[in-house]
Amino acid sequence: MKVTQKGKSNGSSWIRTRALMIKESHQIIRDPSSLLIAFALPFIMLFLFGYGLSLDTNNLKIGVVMEDLSNDARSLAYAFANTSYFDARLGHSRKYFENELISGHIRGVIVIPQDFTENLRKGEVSPKLQVLSDGSEPNSATFVENYASGVFLTWLIANGYENATRTSPLLDVEPRFWFNPELSSRNTILPGCITIIIAIIGTLLTALVVAREWERGTMESLMVTPVKIREIIISKIVPYFILGMVSMLFSVAICMVLFGMPFRGSVFALCIISSAFLLVSLAGGLLISTLSKNQFVAAQASLVSAFLPTTLLSGFIFEIDSMPAILRAITWVVPASYFVPSLQTVFLAGDVWPVLLPATGIMMLIFILLFTITIMKSPKRLEAS
Amino acid sequence: MNELPLVQISNVSKVFTGGKSPALDSISVDIKPGCITGLAGPDGSGKTTLMRLIAGLMIPSSGTLTVCGFDVVNNPEEIHEIAGYMPQRFGLYEDLTVIENLNLYADLQGVSQDERSGVFNRLLDFTDLKRFQKRLAGALSGGMKQKLGLMCALIRRPKLLLLDEPSVGVDPVSRRELWKIVRELAGQETGVVWSTAYLDEAERCDEIILLSEGKILYSGIPKKLTASMKGRSFLVKESASGRRSILDSAMKNDSVRDGVIQGGSVRLVLKSGADSSLIESLIPGRKLAAVPAEPRFEDAFVDLLQHRHAHKESGVASMIRPVHADSRTAVQAEGLTKCFGDFKAADDISFSIPPGRIFGLLGPNGAGKSTTFKMMCGLLKPTAGRAAVNGIDLENAPGRARSCIGYMAQKFSLYSNLSVAQNMDFFAGVYGLYGSGKRKTIGQLVDMFDLAQYIDSTAGELPLGFKQRLALSCSIMHNPVVLFLDEPTSGVDPLTRREFWNHMNAMVEKGVTVVVTTHFMEEAEYCDEIGLIHQGRMIASGSPDMLKDKVRSVEIPEPTLEDAFVELIKKTGPGNSGIPARE
Amino acid sequence: MSHSTGIIRILALMVKEFHAVWRDKKTRFLLIFPPVVELIIFGYAATLDVKNVSIGILDEDNGPVAREVAQRIQGSTFFTKYHYLRGRSEIKNIIDTQKAMLVICFPQNLSQDVSSGKGSTVQVILDGRRTNSSQITLGYLSQIIGRYNIQLFESTSKHVIRPEIMIRTWFNPNKIYCWFTVPSLIGTIMAIEVIVITGLSVARERELGTFEQLLVSPLTQWEILIGKTAPSMIIGLLEGTFILVIAMIVFQIPFRGSFFYLYFSIPFYLLSIIAFGLFISSMAKTQQQAFLGIFVFIMPCFLLSGFMTPVENMPQWLQQLVVINPLKHFLVIVKGIFLKDMPFSDVVENIYPMIFISAATLPFATWMFRKRLG
Repeated sequence: MKVTQKGKSNGSSWIRTRALMIKESHQIIRDPSSLLIAFALPFIMLFLFGYGLSLDTNNLKIGVVMEDLSNDARSLAYAFANTSYFDARLGHSRKYFENELISGHIRGVIVIPQDFTENLRKGEVSPKLQVLSDGSEPNSATFVENYASGVFLTWLIANGYENATRTSPLLDVEPRFWFNPELSSRNTILPGCITIIIAIIGTLLTALVVAREWERGTMESLMVTPVKIREIIISKIVPYFILGMVSMLFSVAICMVLFGMPFRGSVFALCIISSAFLLVSLAGGLLISTLSKNQFVAAQASLVSAFLPTTLLSGFIFEIDSMPAILRAITWVVPASYFVPSLQTVFLAGDVWPVLLPATGIMMLIFILLFTITIMKSPKRLEAS
Repeated sequence: MNELPLVQISNVSKVFTGGKSPALDSISVDIKPGCITGLAGPDGSGKTTLMRLIAGLMIPSSGTLTVCGFDVVNNPEEIHEIAGYMPQRFGLYEDLTVIENLNLYADLQGVSQDERSGVFNRLLDFTDLKRFQKRLAGALSGGMKQKLGLMCALIRRPKLLLLDEPSVGVDPVSRRELWKIVRELAGQETGVVWSTAYLDEAERCDEIILLSEGKILYSGIPKKLTASMKGRSFLVKESASGRRSILDSAMKNDSVRDGVIQGGSVRLVLKSGADSSLIESLIPGRKLAAVPAEPRFEDAFVDLLQHRHAHKESGVASMIRPVHADSRTAVQAEGLTKCFGDFKAADDISFSIPPGRIFGLLGPNGAGKSTTFKMMCGLLKPTAGRAAVNGIDLENAPGRARSCIGYMAQKFSLYSNLSVAQNMDFFAGVYGLYGSGKRKTIGQLVDMFDLAQYIDSTAGELPLGFKQRLALSCSIMHNPVVLFLDEPTSGVDPLTRREFWNHMNAMVEKGVTVVVTTHFMEEAEYCDEIGLIHQGRMIASGSPDMLKDKVRSVEIPEPTLEDAFVELIKKTGPGNSGIPARE
Repeated sequence: MSHSTGIIRILALMVKEFHAVWRDKKTRFLLIFPPVVELIIFGYAATLDVKNVSIGILDEDNGPVAREVAQRIQGSTFFTKYHYLRGRSEIKNIIDTQKAMLVICFPQNLSQDVSSGKGSTVQVILDGRRTNSSQITLGYLSQIIGRYNIQLFESTSKHVIRPEIMIRTWFNPNKIYCWFTVPSLIGTIMAIEVIVITGLSVARERELGTFEQLLVSPLTQWEILIGKTAPSMIIGLLEGTFILVIAMIVFQIPFRGSFFYLYFSIPFYLLSIIAFGLFISSMAKTQQQAFLGIFVFIMPCFLLSGFMTPVENMPQWLQQLVVINPLKHFLVIVKGIFLKDMPFSDVVENIYPMIFISAATLPFATWMFRKRLG
């Protein structure tokens, strides 16, 4: 036993910390709500995010107005109807589909005008295909417009109309999407979801436990024992760290089994980055509850501080680079904005240490900062000194 | 026994930021080892602050405080090694078992594994909790939690044991057991500081420190203080109906310092130098017989404090309209039974209360008195039996029945974040008052209870006594026929309690019926009739004196109401297996 | 007599609720903080637009065509950071480390092949970890190159008639993202406020112990129910109006439809949310539990409403399930009226489901509420 060599007070410090950790573990096991948060919450969240959130805009509902009834026009209309990008309905009334656009039943209208074939054949006036999109859903509108252009171009080439000019453009683009060739947005979103889960578990659970000690008056009892504030804090972090890591691995397993996510990095790298992020969240929770001393306020503050920045300022749905400068500056101190790309990298790209190491380093810095503030702000007596 | 003092307090003051006057104002006193030192005083007198200062949980604003020679500011660690402290809420982890709580505190106190089993065995035997080692602390009854809290503070056999109001909300049986345990400890060279609002407890302490408004009014042996009251206490025997009017006229007399109802008698304390013959002529045209009584510590306490608080006649009498009950029984319970699953919380409880009487429901924690009380005022639906108020069945016509009920819950459940005026407005509206009628009623209540100075203050920030006044004023706004009071003076000091009962007496004189639950035996003395509930059944009922008579024996020739309570419970068998109180 | 005192009692309860909401620091915080934060973040940050993209350029051609395209890329405001690579080996590093979202590679002899009329291909490597952004970026890059292609044509052959596609984005011609989010906030913020106020109201009284005080008063269960729900309704309406005004004045979003239709549909929406709030309230013993209950309700309500990502992207079975989400229907209404001047028939079409939701949940919530009272 190396602790006993260091003298009596050090040895008992370890015993005290261990006793507090055992106590904390008992409380975790006895309290169904903490287990519920650690295991039911990841499941529900992954389910909601995995199925509910998707940027994969396929099967956009559109209407095709055929004012021109020639064979060419029909062929073009069927081209729209047959592509997997669109779920198209054909019709003849422009007014009808415009109303459908207003009521939100469809996201776009494609009009094949009356003189379309005529112009196409004669070659005197440019034949114009009209596309109306619903700007109240800007993202879908962009996709409607891009897909429609694509379908039209393909049709022109397939039917030899582009022949009149050239078969293919002089300068062609050949895109390659690395890491995610099938372009599934779920592969982007699920790592973001795991981030939210870890943030909530880490922050919420620890925020509640310290506040609970204050509320129930047990903090007062602890303070008159020889226990040190640092021992109390460490004994809160360790059990919840283990719980959080187990819950994180559980979430990763769900992602792989249920949603078929690829996992190209190593478990080692995963554990390193997750540990850093979990530590930041735990320290954040402890700080919140040390400052609030009240479970209700602690719960609110931790949900707000864990959920909002991780969802909105981490870049997993909303691109950080697109935000105004002030908000971009704020994301520098949002730990999730380092963790989300790291996690996406470990899942999709592999162990890219040049990404992972700086991110881990910064998160550890934030952790040390929060931890120090917590120790400093922790009252050694019942009153603020 | 004249060794060094255990705690030395010299010129200690404590000022809280934002507080108007200091919580403690240059206090100097010594606390001796090996005896129990009581810490008594009205609410807000600084008891808890002093406790926390001694425990090193707070730093004095000025002055020095040492425990065994260790300074609280510089050496709190050393103090924590030798002191045990039980805060007001016992400081237990409710989701740990009894033994887990003990192990935790043993580890924190640095008690080694070898010593531990011996200490635990001794403590568990001592407190009779051996059978419950595996039970979660949260599932223990109030009395048992208190014992466990005490054990946790005792694990290292501290030189100084600090107990902050250990007996609040605990029934007399458990209170006596606790006292026995602590008494034994004090015999073993441990110094105990026991803060309390129960003056009978304070009287039994070896030393007493009496605090008021942050100053020490008295410190020393309680007997000495009590003895100073010799010849000033008297008992006036009287029929049930006449007691309240005697008390009322006595309190109007300038020479009377204090008066309370004690069962079938009125207990009066005269000012020093007053002639006892004045009692005989208190009521014009009648000659009252006054018997000299042994002075009590409470008499001395009130005497010391009354210099500051003048008695005031209750204005309630002038405002409340006489109540004419529609029925010969104001409250009636017929075979009230309540089951929670297999557990019978109340079992076939019947009684009836005539109008204009005070009825007290007494019983140990978890005995079923809360359940019964809640069925009486319509908060719980009985599994069997029926309850009626003013002749109206609570189940058939709840709305009509409820409009004759006034209700004051434990801890004065007010809207603590609303202002006094907003609270009163709300309750007036709920009872259907509006317009000028509402304004008039509220105005009267504000005058009567002296609430004008606090009218825009937030209710939650009022001093305890004013909270109680506000709660009372909200519950009598609609001139109720029956007033239900659930532990109305829990944690309140004797002076506020007297003021409260002064109002109650005035209301009862007007024909209002009062139903009250309490753990305070002095409060129970005010009742005309008491129902004692144990294990879900009513085991005894009758006037306080009748209950006392029931247990009169050779061993207890002059039983107090507390003796009666303890003895009657004992007769029925212990049974209290620690079933938690059902709320 | 009893009828009018009933009204007095309800009024007293309502006044008290307003006082309580306003004087309670926690509730006041919940009333003010979420709308402000949501407005700032969603108004400015939450955008699926892509801007400020950093691009890697690998020029193995060193000819005029590559230089021209690179110049056009640099000329656009879309790309703001450029990394010139020295060789193919650098591509992996710059993409892996996310220093660039994409790399464009001009192959050797590009200029020669283009000017000879043979044609050539540029390779674009994109970071698939950022699925949506990389797709949008590719679309933008394709446009730049497409326009360059047309210019190339025009310089070689004169006056070519090409089939054209005419795109018009209705309702929001510049596809400004906050025109989508801010009107949606009217729905989401009202949901938050109403659920918080109804959800916490009973739990707060339980915690304070004042609930028993209400129960022994002459207030009937129905009066308590009305007194508790009406303030949420009113506060919800006020918050909604507040966001509406901000949307029109601060964000300058045109309100094209009928105020009457909007205010006609809001009570139906609020009612269906209140039902959930009552339910949470009657289940929770403490404010703490109520708050967690609110969180559990709000999260799926937001995620599955079309607010974050479109409903039509969800799997079919989930799309059928989210019909029970009142926010989903209200978002159609609020955006429809705000931007599209939606006709009444379309509004009603979306009110129906909310009526059904309330009809199913309100009686249940009321029953639960009354059961917990009695």
